[in-house]
Amino acid sequence: MSYLRAFGSALPTRRVGNAEIAAQVGATLEWILEVSGIEERRYAAVEDSVASLGVRAAQDCLQKAGVTASDLGMILVASGSSERFCPGPASQIATALGLASTPALDIPVASAGSLIGLHLAAKLATSVGRVLVIGAEIMSRRIALTPEGKNSAILFGDGAGAALIDAETGFARIQDSCLFTDGASAEILSVKDGHFQMDGSSVIMQASRKMPRAINELLARNQLSADAIQVFLLHQANLNLITRVAAAVKVPRERFFTNIARYGNTSSASLLIAADEWRSAQSAPLTGPLVFSAFGAGLNWGALLAVPQ
Amino acid sequence: MEPQARILKVLQKVTGKEISVGADDSLFVSGLLDSFALTDFVTGLEEEFGVSVPDSDLSARKFDTIRKVETYLAAKA
Repeated sequence: MSYLRAFGSALPTRRVGNAEIAAQVGATLEWILEVSGIEERRYAAVEDSVASLGVRAAQDCLQKAGVTASDLGMILVASGSSERFCPGPASQIATALGLASTPALDIPVASAGSLIGLHLAAKLATSVGRVLVIGAEIMSRRIALTPEGKNSAILFGDGAGAALIDAETGFARIQDSCLFTDGASAEILSVKDGHFQMDGSSVIMQASRKMPRAINELLARNQLSADAIQVFLLHQANLNLITRVAAAVKVPRERFFTNIARYGNTSSASLLIAADEWRSAQSAPLTGPLVFSAFGAGLNWGALLAVPQ
Repeated sequence: MEPQARILKVLQKVTGKEISVGADDSLFVSGLLDSFALTDFVTGLEEEFGVSVPDSDLSARKFDTIRKVETYLAAKA
């Protein structure tokens, strides 16, 4: 069995409000808020890198778990915006954590990358030991703050999140998870030659159907109703999409934790940043199951179910 | 009712607006649809025409004009 033990996160200090974005992309403040639910996002400093944000999230997670890096059996790092494609940021992060031989693998998948990491970690922890999953992104360097890039530019922010998966102890047991890939529509969401490209309308159509389908499939095979879920933690892609997923699984939107208003869409980092904020605000023990879900480039999507100990 | 009239009926229901665009006008440029309204439009078409739009067809380009929608539904019939 595998357990969720702790989360962590790291966010750049620079806040970028809609007013700053609107002026550059030729949009109104009202439009940005209406189509995304985003009020501000964070942008990395010049000296930041995907790896440096990932290291900070990792350290935050390890500190919250009371675990040292040398206790890790593996590190998985999701990123769609890393400065270098190969090798990606995983080995840099491992080195910065003081590790010289612990396997550190890259998952070069934006948005759904952290969910893929959690899914793999849940399977691997029983054989390799504790697995640290990190999602780290500097999407602000992949978008164009121009009228042509408006639909993407308003959404994205920078940050990193982390989760520690432990084979022996944690606050919730990972009971089940599902992943799916459909490459036929890969062109609607990609990073090509360092630039983010998105056919937003097609992405919304695909995500609006695929995410609820994954969640419902996971719940059905575990004989759970959506009503029984304490909290849904989703990739923070767009507030309107989260609202739509909530309606599709017939659960009040308030049951879905959201922080997209303050951080925007941080791609693969967003799921774990949201999980860390949600977990940090919990003073009482977990009372019900948790569902994670994400959708992104690939297309990759899926869901994960964790239940109280 | 003719297929185009049924398409317009669905579009009107989704947008809540009178539809005055030409068959080849972009439903996005005209301001009738955005990303989320398009999703509702496709769902409405499925219900109205009794068809299922597979994930592989969920591309905005297939549904961005009334003529394209009509052509798509004719092929599904």
